[in-house]
Amino acid sequence: MEHYNMNLNLKVWRQQNGKSKGEFKMYRVEDISSEMSFLEMFDVLNEKLIQDGEEPVAFDHDCREGICGACSMYINGKPHGPWQANTTCQLHMRAFKDGDTVVVEPWRANAFPVIKDLVVDRTAFDRIIQAGGYISVNTGNAVDGNALPINKDKADASFAAAMCIGCGACVAACKNSSAMLFLSAKVSHLALLPQGEPERHSRVINMLAQMDKEGFGACTNTGACEATCPKEISLTNIAMLNKEYLTASLVADK
Amino acid sequence: MTWKQMFTSSIGKKLVMSFTGIFLILFLIVHVSLNACIWANDGGEMFNKGAHFMGANIVPRILEIGLFLGLILHIVQGYMLTVQNRKARSIGYAVSYGNGGSKWYSRSMALLGTLVLLFLILHLSNFWLPNRSSQGLSLGGEIDLYAKMQETFSGRDAVTVLTILVYVLGCAALGYHLAHGFQSAFKTLGVHNKRYHIMLKSLGYGFSIIVPLAFAMMPLSFHFGWL
Repeated sequence: MEHYNMNLNLKVWRQQNGKSKGEFKMYRVEDISSEMSFLEMFDVLNEKLIQDGEEPVAFDHDCREGICGACSMYINGKPHGPWQANTTCQLHMRAFKDGDTVVVEPWRANAFPVIKDLVVDRTAFDRIIQAGGYISVNTGNAVDGNALPINKDKADASFAAAMCIGCGACVAACKNSSAMLFLSAKVSHLALLPQGEPERHSRVINMLAQMDKEGFGACTNTGACEATCPKEISLTNIAMLNKEYLTASLVADK
Repeated sequence: MTWKQMFTSSIGKKLVMSFTGIFLILFLIVHVSLNACIWANDGGEMFNKGAHFMGANIVPRILEIGLFLGLILHIVQGYMLTVQNRKARSIGYAVSYGNGGSKWYSRSMALLGTLVLLFLILHLSNFWLPNRSSQGLSLGGEIDLYAKMQETFSGRDAVTVLTILVYVLGCAALGYHLAHGFQSAFKTLGVHNKRYHIMLKSLGYGFSIIVPLAFAMMPLSFHFGWL
């Protein structure tokens, strides 16, 4: 694709901190290369803001190669922007044309409160993982990787679920602000493997209880999460989560 | 985990919606099958026999109480979930996601359900109320329901035309409600195998077209004299 430069109008959410009331501010960026990433375009904007003596726009980022799950911008009405199976950091400016107005908002969910500008607090996800997203392994010598036979299809399905980077785009896209796709990926990932068996029942019950406590909504199977997920986590995982929950709650002792 | 906890967690509430939804789907099958007897072309004899069986037999009468309880549970739980889910996002987006990732009717289940409920109020007051008030608590003694249908739908006056319009719109709302609800109910029950999921999805779309269409054809058949 041919390289080109563009000028853009940005409508960006600015909010000093969690308590203050935020608002949209318009900015203009010029001579943006089509080969830049979306975050690099924001770096250009921030350099300009610093030079002008204004406060730069705060946004989350870390690896900038689509695997850490830190970047979290809601761009023109879609988490991570217009491309499919893509993170904000991997969104390139060739997705836009010269003169476009781009609206950038933070993830909106009460369970993800805004810390500043486009940065939201996603520690709710960490607490959900802490509630059961682990397996018990005795310390000692590492066991032979092939000692435990695992069905190839199940291993693949588990790996596909484990692709979840916990970015929170599913919550941002969901009309109910539900974290069910995230939770289902974490539950299926371990439920499909023999290593996940010991805590299989307590895991799903405890992780769901934590999700409810964090104030996420409930799932209505609309599929908006699946469509926006940068790692294409399948909605099938939610059905699997439901099965895991039904089984676990039916056989629970108390 | 207590029974209460099992059905009051976010998945538990979905389970309630799913169980009651499937129960209501089963009811629709019975209802549409019996009502289809109007097309037997025997002046309503077969249809009224069916109606008499449902009204004079203790089993359907007991099931009817369960049906109302299931319906009320489905409605109340549905509204509560909608309110609770809306509360999870106090500040909305400036630009909405729209239809990019999901079907409009999957996001509008509360609205479609409300339209079905409004239709249902009219429908019950047209047929169920007059019939049950004539019966009281006794088994049998139904009114001539075929004649009642004829009376409700055959006229050319504005009230009749309006009633038919509400019936057709109610059936359309039911169709879209089912188009999402049918397959979603089975997903909530944990059907994740691709083979079953594809089958249930097709079955759901078929059901959501055929059943509401059959229902909508009933008032139209009386009105246009296709019987």
